[in-house]
Amino acid sequence: MPDNDMLLSLYRQMLLIRRLEERIAEKYQEREMRCPVHLSIGQEAVAVGVCANLSAGDMVFSGHRGHAHYLAKGGSPDALIAELYGKVTGCSGGRGGSMLIIDKSVNFRGTTPIVGGTIPIAAGMAWALQMQQKNAVVAVFFGDGAVEEGVLHETLNFASLHHLPILFVCENNLYSVLTTLDERQPDRPITDIAQGHGVHADHGDGNDIIEVYEKTRDAVSRIRAGKGPAFLEFATYRWKEHSGPFEDTGKGRRTAEELHAWKARCPLEAFRRQLVSQGILSEEAHWQIEKEIDEQIVRAFAFARQSPFPEEGTLGEHLYAK
Amino acid sequence: MQNRILTFAEAVREALVQSMQADPSVFVVGEGVPDPTGSFGTTKGLQEHFGRQRAWEMPLSENGMTGVCIGAALGGMRPVMVHLRIDFLLLAMDQLVNNAANWHYMFGGKDAVPLVVRVMIGRGFGNGAQHAQSLQALFAHIPGLKVVMPSSAYDAKGLLIASIRDNNPVVFIEHRWLHQVKGEVPEEPYTVPLGKAAVVAEGTDITIAATSYMMLEARKALPWLEQAGISAELIDIRSLKPLDEETILRSVEKTGRLLVADSGWYSGGFAGEILARAAEKAFPRLKAAPQRITVPDLPTPSTRALARHYYPRHVDIIRKACEIMGKKGEEIARLAAAADIIPAEGELRFMDVPDERFTGPF
Repeated sequence: MPDNDMLLSLYRQMLLIRRLEERIAEKYQEREMRCPVHLSIGQEAVAVGVCANLSAGDMVFSGHRGHAHYLAKGGSPDALIAELYGKVTGCSGGRGGSMLIIDKSVNFRGTTPIVGGTIPIAAGMAWALQMQQKNAVVAVFFGDGAVEEGVLHETLNFASLHHLPILFVCENNLYSVLTTLDERQPDRPITDIAQGHGVHADHGDGNDIIEVYEKTRDAVSRIRAGKGPAFLEFATYRWKEHSGPFEDTGKGRRTAEELHAWKARCPLEAFRRQLVSQGILSEEAHWQIEKEIDEQIVRAFAFARQSPFPEEGTLGEHLYAK
Repeated sequence: MQNRILTFAEAVREALVQSMQADPSVFVVGEGVPDPTGSFGTTKGLQEHFGRQRAWEMPLSENGMTGVCIGAALGGMRPVMVHLRIDFLLLAMDQLVNNAANWHYMFGGKDAVPLVVRVMIGRGFGNGAQHAQSLQALFAHIPGLKVVMPSSAYDAKGLLIASIRDNNPVVFIEHRWLHQVKGEVPEEPYTVPLGKAAVVAEGTDITIAATSYMMLEARKALPWLEQAGISAELIDIRSLKPLDEETILRSVEKTGRLLVADSGWYSGGFAGEILARAAEKAFPRLKAAPQRITVPDLPTPSTRALARHYYPRHVDIIRKACEIMGKKGEEIARLAAAADIIPAEGELRFMDVPDERFTGPF
């Protein structure tokens, strides 16, 4: 079990991600953040529980739904929101938008919106670390949809072949846009696919931050011990629509009952109750954290609004690296 | 040492060896790289010389492994991927285009992908529709990629060393019929800059710009054109992206006439790109309509009976250049007939191998 400081740190990070994404959803209709946004509300525990086991030198990649992973790896809310606003101070200089996030200062090495696209890239980074005999781990986040992509299978094969120091993290939120898992995949455990490639695999409750933390701790210690790659599947649920600020239960696929049942298992609320009941988080401290996070978010949006857009003359910059 | 002669394949291998010696982050990976045949000789002995950590065998996962090599490049390595056929790279279009080409720009210049992908156009000996395509136009279409097609042993070495040192993804296209071509290659490492065309022969009447193997056919055409009193300026395009438009247009403005010979298809092909630039930017100086020589808009047939009619040759260049020059039909026919020598005996009579020594592997 993580110590109290760690527990409070996990809580604060989950709360930051939740409140920041709620604010994105609120402000999205102002049409100033003019890029698709894929929100992770409801899935925060996976990002935070995994990244808490990574050190500054470890690397993270993710996909289109990547805000939470960036923030959990120590990313800057200012740089993230500025990127959504298309500003030059954004973490990708405004050229990326919500789906293309990078920040090498915290070893967050990139998100891309072609499903599964960063999975082999993460393995290549792990391969480079291995060739350079550096002692670091690479984690890559993806959803259940990526399990249907060829590159996942190709990458598992290669990572297993060369015992690469990589952690595959599958956030299984049961849906690809509005299509259910059982319309896309046969009834078999996703972890079997990793095991079929000789990759150590485990699964857990993605809405239970302690379970995510502990399963990841075990997986990462295996990788650090040189035992090769590991694969974790965490069951969770996305509260919002695939892309955008709204819920999608009115679209005739997901039911309000299903969403309600998952909201009753809110990872943040469950964790807060647990911390309060164990006397780790007082009512007063809870409100203090909320207040600090709110201030941080207000600052991030102000920073984004006040930042300049890239200048017209820079359109042709960065086509080629020097 | 002067007049040191190597084949194109030996020059490629020397570029790899010298790049690997100079920089420990350079490694080579591909299906069959450590094989005894060594990717047509170009990777021969690399694993013995540098070890398994520098010359890697690769699973048959072209797309995944391209992503893996992008990741390794982001991690500070300089991977050189090898595909014995350019056709295999179609499996990796997602990683090559969506990721490698875009990475630097889409992340605001925060990271770079120093990756070389060596691919080979496998013309001849019945390689057919999926082993002999000339796909350079596909790659040259994509912003962020660099695309080079050397035609000489000298350029093969210099362009490959430059490509490996470059901090961007480079598609390095070799033509199977060039691997045995010999030429002078200095022993010391040197670079030929990406983005520069070469004026191979100076002339005043017509500019002939060619890519890759078509440079050899154009060189064969030159003496015949001279015989007809035509002074042709021959340009090796070498770098399709970035394109050295300046060198080509300067020549076209001088000669007023342009013929482009490319190993690719007619529609949407790279030859068309050069013609368009000439029409756009040198129109007032043009004395005749620019023309192109390409393969027809058809898949590549395997049988030598059809392949011989599929591929354009030096006689086609002679004919077309004479037409542009306004030569009379009779004279063109006479010249073409004299130039069109096909041996009655030996391997070359099948017209599906570049020379007598070409006995495989293919």
